[in-house]
Amino acid sequence: MSERLTAMRSPGRLVLVALAVITLLVPFFLEAFWLQTGLFAMSAIIGAIGLTILTGTTGQLSLAHAFFAAVGAYGYCYFAGKGGLGVSSATGLGLPPLLAMILAVLLSGVAGAIYSPISGRLRGIYLGIASIGLVFIGQHILFNAADLTGGFNGRDAAPFSLLGFSFTQTDPELVIAGVEFSELERLWYLGLVLVGLAYYYGRHLVDGRPGRALETVRDSEVAAAVMGVDVTRYKALVFTVSSMYAGLSGVLLALVFNRIVPESFGLNLSVEFLAMIVIGGLGSVRGAVLGAAFVSMLPKLLDHYGDSLPFLATAGAGGGIEPGQAARFAFGAAIVAVLLFAPGGIGTLWHRARPSTATSSSTPKEKSV
Amino acid sequence: MTQFVELLINGISLGFVYALLALGFVMIFKSTRVINFAHGSIVLLGAFLIAKLAPSLGFVLAALVGVAGAALVAALLYFVILRRVRGRAADTVTIATIGLDILLATELARQIGQDVLNIGDPWGSEVVRFGDFAMPEARVAAAVVALLLLGGFLAAFKLSPWGVAMRASAEDGEAGALMGIRLTRMAAGAWLVAGALAAVGGIFLTTFPTPGIDRTSGLAALSAFPAAILGGLDSVLGAVVGGLIIGVVVTMSAGYQDEISFLGRGLSQVAPYIVMVLVLLVRPSGLFGTRELTRV
Repeated sequence: MSERLTAMRSPGRLVLVALAVITLLVPFFLEAFWLQTGLFAMSAIIGAIGLTILTGTTGQLSLAHAFFAAVGAYGYCYFAGKGGLGVSSATGLGLPPLLAMILAVLLSGVAGAIYSPISGRLRGIYLGIASIGLVFIGQHILFNAADLTGGFNGRDAAPFSLLGFSFTQTDPELVIAGVEFSELERLWYLGLVLVGLAYYYGRHLVDGRPGRALETVRDSEVAAAVMGVDVTRYKALVFTVSSMYAGLSGVLLALVFNRIVPESFGLNLSVEFLAMIVIGGLGSVRGAVLGAAFVSMLPKLLDHYGDSLPFLATAGAGGGIEPGQAARFAFGAAIVAVLLFAPGGIGTLWHRARPSTATSSSTPKEKSV
Repeated sequence: MTQFVELLINGISLGFVYALLALGFVMIFKSTRVINFAHGSIVLLGAFLIAKLAPSLGFVLAALVGVAGAALVAALLYFVILRRVRGRAADTVTIATIGLDILLATELARQIGQDVLNIGDPWGSEVVRFGDFAMPEARVAAAVVALLLLGGFLAAFKLSPWGVAMRASAEDGEAGALMGIRLTRMAAGAWLVAGALAAVGGIFLTTFPTPGIDRTSGLAALSAFPAAILGGLDSVLGAVVGGLIIGVVVTMSAGYQDEISFLGRGLSQVAPYIVMVLVLLVRPSGLFGTRELTRV
């Protein structure tokens, strides 16, 4: 009982509650640009949590995350899409969107499970490069399997709906406290629920028994096996779970974009996912949330407010730094700086600044020799 | 048949260029256990420097300066930044090179903009004929230069004191250090050589038949990843064999694209990765790589 009380009083928990309240109220105060940016961040957060579970806890460096996100996104469009209508000639099954979402996530999981015999065989760095191969092969398929993916032009994402409540503009019309709830506002709450689930499940996976088993696998596979951890099974499982996270991230991305194209799921996306979890601190779910928010929102913010920043040039005008490039400079530098000065991620800077909480809420990590 | 032989010869010459790049990966991996994701940017940097300097200095001098510049930047990346990167996982430094790659690639893309630069090489679009077979002059030059460099490198690696020290420190760093080998200097040397090889590779990746240097030229160097991996990341011989395999595969899948169109358009860009994944399925450490043994 008293333990629970101190946990409630700890600043981390307070911050979490405050954040939850603020994010719930966001649609009432902020304009559409912020909602859209926030939704992109939510999609990134889900994917980053999945990658940090894989890379951070088991030490498997994967750059295939964009591929599994693509499987999720295209899977959703295929399962939910009607097909044969409008410009897009891509086929679809026309299933209810919620079912399509679940199936798409499962499909990503299956893709991950199929790949896991390869990923389980390969150690660290070999897996990293082999997984790049998966991204390129995936791109090739996306461009060429036009019946399923719409090829170069991509395909439309069917709007989400739940028990007859549609997540589109006006059907049914909904006004709460003088704010009209159209597509973005509705998706916002869907995104929050998904992020909440992903966060909750991720924390329990990392902090619980599987997480400890996975960390043992990372530190020494032999020791893990001796302790009774089925190394191959755990590696396959975590790869599957991580792929499902990526898939869910892809589904949300498709819903926000309304339309998906192969270009969105290239190597850049994988590298960005990796940047997110490195900046947040490998293996930390909370860090993944921070890193994902930073990496995914920065380019959009710089693009939107670039005019009022003196050192930025408008895109295409030449001279100065374009907003997109400034964002890439920022997160490239952030990766290097974090690894140089705060290997545990930006989250650890907080603890370092507040030494009193560092000892109570988390034990300091031992330095490896 | 003529087409087949022609493609084979062209593939081999391209393969030597990939071998130079793959050798850079292998050098860096052997000495510092890092995969250098910034390699593509260093390739682009070398080519960019040469293209900028060639009009004023002439191609040969510009090439020398460009190669030296790329080598210096690679060594500095290691010496100034990567050497100090700390972290629990062994792959931390590799991830740091991704960060450096983003920085370098973005700056180069900003400098190049939408331009397509000409590297100012003397070969142009001339074609040499060997009997029935035609081959671009630039590709002949590529094969000759790459062969000389690879031969020189292998000789130095096997025979010179530097090569012995390099191999010793790769075999067992601690024992090497106790024997008086300066590991940091060896590692910086490996990065220096890798940078120089990358720039030479960059010259031949951007001469005819490719249109020139644009902001995405560094991506072409990514095809050297599969070359290094399928040969085995810690094998010098593997880098050469891997490079040749990838070169032939790329050229063949581009040359016969009409015959294999059922596999989709643009197959030559993914073919290296397909070959790599297939090889890794059978041999997880590449063709010539040392298998990782587990000792308890």
